[in-house]
Amino acid sequence: MTLHEPTTPQFKQNAHEALRDENLQSALRGARNGFVGKRAAARAKLGEDEFDGLRDAARDLKNHVLANLADYLEAYEGKVTAAGGHVHWAETAEDAQNIVLDICRKAGAKTVNKGKTMISEECGINDHLAANGIKPVETDLGEYIIQLRGETPSHIIAPAVHVTVPQVREEFQKAHTHLPESRDLSGLDTLLSEARGVLREKYFQAEVGITGANMLIAETGQSVIVTNEGNGDLSQSLPRVHIVMASIEKIVPTLEDSSTILRVLGRSATGQDMSVYTTYSSGPRRAEDPDGPEEYHVVLLDNGRTNMLGTEFEEMLRCIRCGACMNHCPVYQTVGGHAYGWVYPGPMGAVLTPSLIGVEEGGHLPNASTFCGRCEDVCPMRIPLPKMMRHWREREFEKKLTPGAARYGLGLWAFFAKRPGLYRAGTRLGMAALRLLGRGRGRVSSLPLAGGWTATRDMPVPSGDTFMAQWKAKR
Amino acid sequence: MPRVALFVTCLVDMFRPTVGFATVKLLEDAGCTVEVPEAQTCCGQPAWNSGDRATAAEIAKQVIFAFEGYDYVVAPSGSCAGTIVKDYPQMLDGAWRKRAEALAAKTHEVTSFLVDVLGVEGVEADVPRLATYHDSCSGLRGLGVKAQPRKLLASAGTTLREMEEAEVCCGFGGTFCVKYPEISDSMVGDKTRNAADTGAEMLLAGDLGCLMNMAGKAQRDGRGLEVRHVVEVLAGMTDTPAIGEGSK
Repeated sequence: MTLHEPTTPQFKQNAHEALRDENLQSALRGARNGFVGKRAAARAKLGEDEFDGLRDAARDLKNHVLANLADYLEAYEGKVTAAGGHVHWAETAEDAQNIVLDICRKAGAKTVNKGKTMISEECGINDHLAANGIKPVETDLGEYIIQLRGETPSHIIAPAVHVTVPQVREEFQKAHTHLPESRDLSGLDTLLSEARGVLREKYFQAEVGITGANMLIAETGQSVIVTNEGNGDLSQSLPRVHIVMASIEKIVPTLEDSSTILRVLGRSATGQDMSVYTTYSSGPRRAEDPDGPEEYHVVLLDNGRTNMLGTEFEEMLRCIRCGACMNHCPVYQTVGGHAYGWVYPGPMGAVLTPSLIGVEEGGHLPNASTFCGRCEDVCPMRIPLPKMMRHWREREFEKKLTPGAARYGLGLWAFFAKRPGLYRAGTRLGMAALRLLGRGRGRVSSLPLAGGWTATRDMPVPSGDTFMAQWKAKR
Repeated sequence: MPRVALFVTCLVDMFRPTVGFATVKLLEDAGCTVEVPEAQTCCGQPAWNSGDRATAAEIAKQVIFAFEGYDYVVAPSGSCAGTIVKDYPQMLDGAWRKRAEALAAKTHEVTSFLVDVLGVEGVEADVPRLATYHDSCSGLRGLGVKAQPRKLLASAGTTLREMEEAEVCCGFGGTFCVKYPEISDSMVGDKTRNAADTGAEMLLAGDLGCLMNMAGKAQRDGRGLEVRHVVEVLAGMTDTPAIGEGSK
């Protein structure tokens, strides 16, 4: 298997390194206000009531889909087949790898163009193709940049959000050696047009194009992708073979329903009313069509998702991958997406990752949250992300995976918390000791057992005897 | 006169008794009879958020038993009040859930109780100082506490200068600050820098967890901010040393 090995178990170390990476910190600072402000403006422009009403409609729509998932998937498959396309069911990431490789081999592919797809990241398609002598070329600008850098995406809609402009410039100078060294790469527009020029040529070389799908429509058998660069259209319409990679929960019943989702998607993701390109594709070229792919394949990935149905994690399957939760998450804003160590970062990743790779591997993620609730506040599908992270912590606690010190501390605290008399005596004694340590200064700068805190912060000490003791003395 | 039970919260009880007395003063000034049930310890949030559902439920029952006999339960914390209001009904089943829901319906964060329930228009304190206010997450997003403390502060003559990202978490997060101290530190660093950048003398909030985190960071970095719980200002108790400050 050539999947990227998750570094999720090293989350703490990843975060430590992220906090010391000046380029990353500068990139994250640049991004945080942009996304937050744009979503807020888009919501205000539409009207908060209308926007929040759309969120309710989108939530209800997806709940209905999840309750009838098999029916809609079957209907979708029927429509795709009738249009001359092929639907392939992939139970695991490896299955998806094999299906994609098989199609590419049959097409005699040397190069595969890719519009951005997180499912192909989840399945490790690039590595698998490369290992089998087929060259994957990312056509989304962000994906292209990180492909040059040999990295994975750090965000689900802005894969290179962790890279600064000077770093991009440097990367282009290194990679595009056919261009004059003295060319002007000072502005964002010059960088963009250079990437376009380079990518334009690649569009015509590929035998196969792989795209993701923001939605699949049961009624029509269409797949829908949104992009701002048009790379999705070019990746899917120029090559002879088009492969759509999608996970099973991306289905919606009707064409009309897809517009409900689109109305919350763009606004939540980038603050746009709609993305610049929204493309509906319905199978291979027909006899009367002037262009389009000759073959049309859809790879439907499960990879653990049906196991989430009927559990406390089912609501996660409403996610439309807009990235609003990570854009607004103070933890994501502080450490960036790579710290999360797998395909899906931020709050949605903190719920989804343990579902897909196990709580043993992904247990850090649901713990790395302050439960501030901002993610749930902005989620267009009203997914109760903190509640589900808490459910993961419960699973972890039940399996006794919670670190020993935390379990012991919690047990000790609980023993006293359940015995008010003892608790009262214990807290009085403890606080008196802490006050003594503060020696009239009101705080300490080093405290045993709280080294993590006092390494960078003082610890305020109690300002007097406990409230309960003083209250009793007074009344 | 409504009989109000004060849920003082474990952090206020241990670290900042002044906040308890300030809350009592505000409630009594507003015409309440205040009682402090003996059997209270903590709301159980540490267990609930650590995945120890059974312990959290046991503590919830203890709190319900001790507090359900009063007209209202008031806490100087959006976080602890939020646990009672939002989480207790989720922890328990059957008859206990009904009792949890009944308790939830009469439990309030203190500034929200004064303004939204009692209709208090202003406080007697006169604290003409320049302050900035951090919106603690549980109170803000869980209980809708945003305008209430600001309204009361204005009545005390305190001028607010709003900081950037006032609604973004300070990085305390209960056990989060212990489990991920480096990330927590970076978050509270952003918070105290934003607060100091306003030029305010006081940094106020409604939750002692956030306040201790912000005070500890501001002091280590020499930000020169007086960090206080909002009720201390509203009750006119600003002559006591600020959080983390020794006696002058």
